[in-house]
Amino acid sequence: MAYSEKLLEHFKHPKNVGVLNKDAKNVGTGLVGAPECGDVMRLQIEVDDATGIISDAKFKTFGCGSAIASSSLATEWLKGKSLDEAMTIDNMAIVEELALPPVKIHCSVLAEDAIKAAIKDYQSKNGIVAGN
Amino acid sequence: MEKRRLIYLDNNATTPCDPRVVDTMVPYFYEKHGNAASRSHQFGWEAEDAVDYAREQIAQLLEVENKEIIFTSGATESNNLALKGVFEMYAKKGNHIITAAIEHKAILDTCKHLEKQGAEITYLDVQEDGLIDLAELEASIKPTTILVSFMWANNETGVIQHMRKIADICEKHGVLFHSDATQAVGKIPTLPRETGVHLMSFTAHKMYGPKGVGALYVSRKNPRVKVTAQIDGGGHERGMRSGTLNVPGIVGFGKAAEIAKVQMHEDAARLSKLRDRLQAELTVLEETKINGNEESRMPHVTNISFKHVEGEGLMMTFNQNIAVSSGSACTSASLEPSYVLVGMGLGDDLAHSSIRFSLGRFTTDEDIDQAIALVAAGVNHMRDLSPIWEMYKDGIDLTKIEWAAH
Repeated sequence: MAYSEKLLEHFKHPKNVGVLNKDAKNVGTGLVGAPECGDVMRLQIEVDDATGIISDAKFKTFGCGSAIASSSLATEWLKGKSLDEAMTIDNMAIVEELALPPVKIHCSVLAEDAIKAAIKDYQSKNGIVAGN
Repeated sequence: MEKRRLIYLDNNATTPCDPRVVDTMVPYFYEKHGNAASRSHQFGWEAEDAVDYAREQIAQLLEVENKEIIFTSGATESNNLALKGVFEMYAKKGNHIITAAIEHKAILDTCKHLEKQGAEITYLDVQEDGLIDLAELEASIKPTTILVSFMWANNETGVIQHMRKIADICEKHGVLFHSDATQAVGKIPTLPRETGVHLMSFTAHKMYGPKGVGALYVSRKNPRVKVTAQIDGGGHERGMRSGTLNVPGIVGFGKAAEIAKVQMHEDAARLSKLRDRLQAELTVLEETKINGNEESRMPHVTNISFKHVEGEGLMMTFNQNIAVSSGSACTSASLEPSYVLVGMGLGDDLAHSSIRFSLGRFTTDEDIDQAIALVAAGVNHMRDLSPIWEMYKDGIDLTKIEWAAH
């Protein structure tokens, strides 16, 4: 199948690959998927304590091209957002942006799950009860 | 900069036509366009002669009689004809068929169809090296067993079954033996009579011939085997397969067989050296695994898992330059990883990480040099992106993590 230019760009030159200190109090880590399923995403956010804004995001992904591109895009979108704004990132927005084919929609779902897991981890570390 | 040639290492999917094959076919699209069943004029006679000659070329490759070759549209049809045809023809004798879990879908789906018609099918698992357990095979034969069907060589791993030993067991119990030899014919010696195979399916497009033409070998003596036709019509091919013969395709198939007979050993010797070099250089990388028995294997195939890297993602790093295939789920619509590798006891994670390299007559030394460099770079790149590679390097036991399976 033919992939979109945007997807290929994120795959070939992924943004924000790397690791943040998962033990830091202002870092939230989401690890979703399973090796047996062919996809594992680890997405991390670093939150500015003063402003509550996501100041940095990093990822590493084991998976197909769509999974890698979805996580790269997710980290780009997270930076500069508040946690509330980050919670509203929807997998279908990723599908649209990268023009994912139907069989790859699960990659975008995984990215959304990873975002939510990272936020939840940050909130539980900091004793924040999720508003919703 | 000169545009790089796309390197084709997916010859188990299909082989390019040998130019000598195409040259032989061309007149049969134009001046020699007759129907081989037209008995009343020159065009028909010419076409019939051409089909007879091709049948002879194929029979010589297999060291069988001309009349034992039934032309079909390809190996899928041959497999269907063999299994359904035997099931119907020998219904009075029994309804039990033994096959393997790692067979091609053309066999497995045909067996599923036959189950609905009242067949009892035993799907044998294979050992970790991809070979059938002969004792298990013998133990599963019962009085109602009419047919054993195993592939000669596996499409994903290239593993070659111990055909002679399987045939001996079948002979001992008076059971017919069919083999889907699609991946083996024309590349290694496949002599059904000598081996004890009674029916054998194969196709032109895996041996440098055209697509859309295949054959079923059906033994005519000791034993005399008959199959019930699955396509009704003009009674072509001794009544076993009706339909106007694909004359240009059959002519090409014959030529491909003639070339294979002459060139098979030379091709195999050259390709096994290239394959061994590719495999040796790629398994220098950490945490790799060669899938399938290396002793009993097609000379041009290797299947390697690169741990902690997902196959489709890996292929995307080099698929502008090299064509291969993967056992990763992401290459299939089902999202399940290769049932062949899983059937050999490989974990789903390793099946997702596998790449099949299948070389061919037109693969060069330079192709292999480039493949080694690009695949190794791809693996390293993907491992830099892989969280589970990082965990593995940090000494974390991945089996102890509670993964959120999705």
